[in-house]
This record gives sequence, C-alpha cells and structure tokens, in this order.
Amino acid sequence: MDYHRHLDDELNELRDRVLLLGGEAERALERAMHALAARDDSIAREVLSHDDEIDRLEVEIDRQCIDLIALRQPAARDLRFVISAVKMAPLLERIADHACNIARATIDLNTEPEIKLSASLQRMADHASSMLRAALDAFTARDAMAAREIIKRDKEINDLYNQLFHDLIAMMVSEPSTATRDARLLFVAKHMERIGDYVTDICELTVYMAEAAIIKHIH
Amino acid sequence: MMSATTPKIPSQFTLPQDQSKASFVSTPAAPAKITVSDLDFYYGRSQALFQITLSIPERIVMALIGPSGCGKSTFLRTLNRMNDVIPATRVEGQVTIDGNDIYDPGTDVVDLRRRVGMVFQKSNPFPKSIFDNVAYGLRINRVTKSKTELADRVEQALKDAALWSEAKDRLHQSALGLSGGQQQRLCIARALAIRPEVILMDEPASALDPIATSKIEELIVDLKQQYTIVIVTHNMQQAARVSDTTAFFLLGKLIEVNPTEKIFTAPDQKVTEDYITGRFG
Ligand SMILES: Nc1ncnc2c1ncn2[C@@H]1O[C@H](COP(=O)(O)OP(=O)(O)OP(=O)(O)O)[C@@H](O)[C@H]1O
Ligand SMILES: [Mg+2]
Repeated sequence: MDYHRHLDDELNELRDRVLLLGGEAERALERAMHALAARDDSIAREVLSHDDEIDRLEVEIDRQCIDLIALRQPAARDLRFVISAVKMAPLLERIADHACNIARATIDLNTEPEIKLSASLQRMADHASSMLRAALDAFTARDAMAAREIIKRDKEINDLYNQLFHDLIAMMVSEPSTATRDARLLFVAKHMERIGDYVTDICELTVYMAEAAIIKHIH
Repeated sequence: MMSATTPKIPSQFTLPQDQSKASFVSTPAAPAKITVSDLDFYYGRSQALFQITLSIPERIVMALIGPSGCGKSTFLRTLNRMNDVIPATRVEGQVTIDGNDIYDPGTDVVDLRRRVGMVFQKSNPFPKSIFDNVAYGLRINRVTKSKTELADRVEQALKDAALWSEAKDRLHQSALGLSGGQQQRLCIARALAIRPEVILMDEPASALDPIATSKIEELIVDLKQQYTIVIVTHNMQQAARVSDTTAFFLLGKLIEVNPTEKIFTAPDQKVTEDYITGRFG
C-alpha cells in the first residue's frame, strides 16, 4: 500500500514539475511578445536572464524520470506518463529558447526605427500562447480528444506564417532600406511557427500517454 | 457440484461481459501447441478455475501472472494433469495438445507427463548424485537403450540447462551439494533430459539471487528455440524479460492475454493495468 502511495507522490511531483516548466515556457513567450510590442528592452532581458531557471527545470525532470525508471520500473500508464514527461521537457525548453530568440530580436529591433507590428504577427503570438496553454491543460487532464483538437489548430499558425512571409518579402522588395528589420521580424514569425510545431509534439505525447496510440507523422 | 462457490470480484474490478471467455492470442504463423477451452476446475466443491479459454502457440514463452491464490499453479497443473493426484478434484472443459484432448480417457498420462515436463518453485533434487538426478526420468521412462546413450543424454541435458561446466567434474557427487541456483538448473536439466515438448515452470527463480535468476532467464529464452514454455512468476520484470505472451489471472478467471509488450505498456483491461502498476487491492 505504502509503496504505491509513494509512487503516486513521485508521479505527481513529476507532473507538477512538467507543468511548472510549461508555465515558465508560456510566460517566456508572452513576456517576449510583450517586449516586442512595447519595444521594451528590459523585459526582453528579463526573459533572457530567466532562461537558466528553465534549463535547470528541464535537467531536473530528466533526472527524475531516469530515477523513476531505474528505481520504480513503472509499467503501462505510469510508464507512458514518465516517457511522455521525459520527451516533453526538452520540447518546453525549446519553446522557451524560441521565446529567448524573440527577446534577442526585440533588443536588436529596438535599435531600428519603430514600426507598427503587423496584426498578423500579434495574432500568431496570441495563437501560439493559447495553443500552448491548452496543450498543457490537455496534458494535465490526460485528454486525448482535446489534444487532437489543438493539433488541428497548428494549421492556422502555419497559414499566418505563410501570409507574413509573403508580406515581409514584399516589403523588403519595395523598401530595401528596411530589409534588416523585416528580416528580423521574419525570424520572429518563424520562431512562433516552430513553437506551434512543438505544441503539436506535446499534444502527440498527450495522446500517447492517454491512449497508447502513436499519432506522430500521421495526422 | 452445481453449488460451487464463486469468488466475488470486488466491484472496482468488474469486467466487461465478454472477458470471462475467449480472450486469446494466436498468430496464424505460430500453430497452437496447446489449446484450452472453457476449462473449469474444482477442488472438492470449491471452484478454482472458471471458463478458461486460451491458446498457446508453439515455441513461445507464455508468462502467467496474477495475485496469490488466483489459480496460476492450478492452471499450470491442468496442462499435464498433475492435479489428477490431488483427491476430489474435477476438471470440465477441454485441453488439447497438438490437437489431442489430454483428458480423453484413452490418454496415456505417463506419456503426457513425458511430453509436458514440469519445474517447480522449490527445486527438489533427489538425495542422489547429480548424474542420477538427471538420469532419473530416462530410467523410469526406459527411453535409453545403452549406458553410453544414457550418459550422452545426461550430458546434453546438463549442457542445455547451462549447468555442464559447473557439474561435469562432480557428476557422481550428491546433488544436494549444489547451490540453490544450481539445484534449480539441475531440475530443469532433469525435465529436459526426457526431451519434453512443453515445459511448465512454477516460479522457477523465486528463491534465487539476481545472478542465478538471470541464468535461469537466459536459459528460458534459449530453450524457446525448441520448447513451448509456460512460466508462472510473481516477478513482473521477469515476465516482461522472458515471455512473448502474458496471461493475467484474477480469482480463477483469465482476464487478459496479450503480447507481453502490450501488457506492460498498454494493457486492454483496467484491472490488468492496476495489477501490473501495483495499484491493486
Ligand atoms: N490442493 C488444494 N486443495 C484445495 N484447494 C486448493 C489446493 N491447491 C490450491 N487450492 C486453492 O485454489 C486456489 C488457487 O490456488 P493456486 O495454488 O492455483 O494459486 P496461485 O495463483 O498459484 O497462487 P500463488 O501465487 O500463491 O502460488 C486457491 O484458492 C487455493 O487455496
Ligand atoms: Mg502457485
């Protein structure tokens, strides 16, 4: 009896750590986008300085998963949960890395004349944040259906990205003097597009965890 | 015997209707060596097995898992009629090996037990020499014609049981001088000497240290090339390591049979999952 209570405690602790890391990634993305929109270097720097904490959490999750596998030999749903956690941590860490890249781009962009951020860039950011939040909720609830719905939403981010890509290229052609700035914005858009992909991967892990179904590369 | 007591399944373990029967695995590639259909077993008035139906393909290792008292050993013994020696027991349903009903009145039980060998939990060598222990089955079954043939068969069995190098210089010393792990392999050698087709093992490594255990496990995996093996184990990791197929029993019923990797990553039944993840009872 005791043994299982302890196992459950450890699994809950692992889940909390993953959610904590998820929350950090979510916050990094929102703060980076806020810094970009507000042209605020100091917020951008905060995002960058917080990245060590995120890396530390990722390593902790990694170590906890290895310990659980070695010492508890989890099976079935426990095993699927631990495997999902160990695969999810680096995805969240990379989402935070992309947020850092957006923060760096912000600092660079702030040395250039101000432009109004395009509405589609803001939409992409909102979309990426809300997908990430929903993905973490679905993971917590082991809700494979919700995860599948979120995966479908990645298409909107891709569409927005493609739209932005064309718009920014058109701007570079018509106004070559702003090309550096436009290229930086294009990178920002690309970072968000990648975040959408990572959120998709997270949702695939939730489906695996809940249903033992591997849906990678088939949707 | 109509009033045989039926164990009550706690409500959280209630099964879907179709689970008491017909969950069985058989790939078309591997012909069934053993088939069990609608098997009921009684100790006096008390029913120990309920409507067991499954098929065991040739040359695989099937692990039987389940909590103490769920009927694993009883089931194992129905496969070579070892229960016959327990008074007031009764079997209903069918067990076939290579298509022949082993409970048919015409079955030669001695021959059946020659074909379906058994290794028990507590190794039980006779207080005789190592050689005589292995030769025992060959002598009583009168399967060997000459002394050299007997010696050859003993040597081969000891080799197959991975005991030859440790035993070859002390063949005529008492088997009781062997370590627990060696005694267990000696009993496997004794079972192998008569060249059975099926080997039933009831917790063969439960009293052994990790090294002796892993020797037995390696041996089981090697023996699969030639034999069909059914093994009872309480060690989940052992079931996961050695078996191809795992059957989960609970309160005399077969709950689930599936490929071992499926049982340990994503079993079909919630009770199976509760059991293997240790959240049981
Ligand atoms: N010789 C016997 N006479 C009467 N009842 C028996 C006999 N042997 C076993 N039983 C009963 O049959 C049921 C199944 O027992 P069995 O030994 O097959 O369980 P098991 O799954 O092998 O348990 P364990 O894991 O403890 O070895 C139990 O309720 C047991 O008490
Ligand atoms: Mg038993």
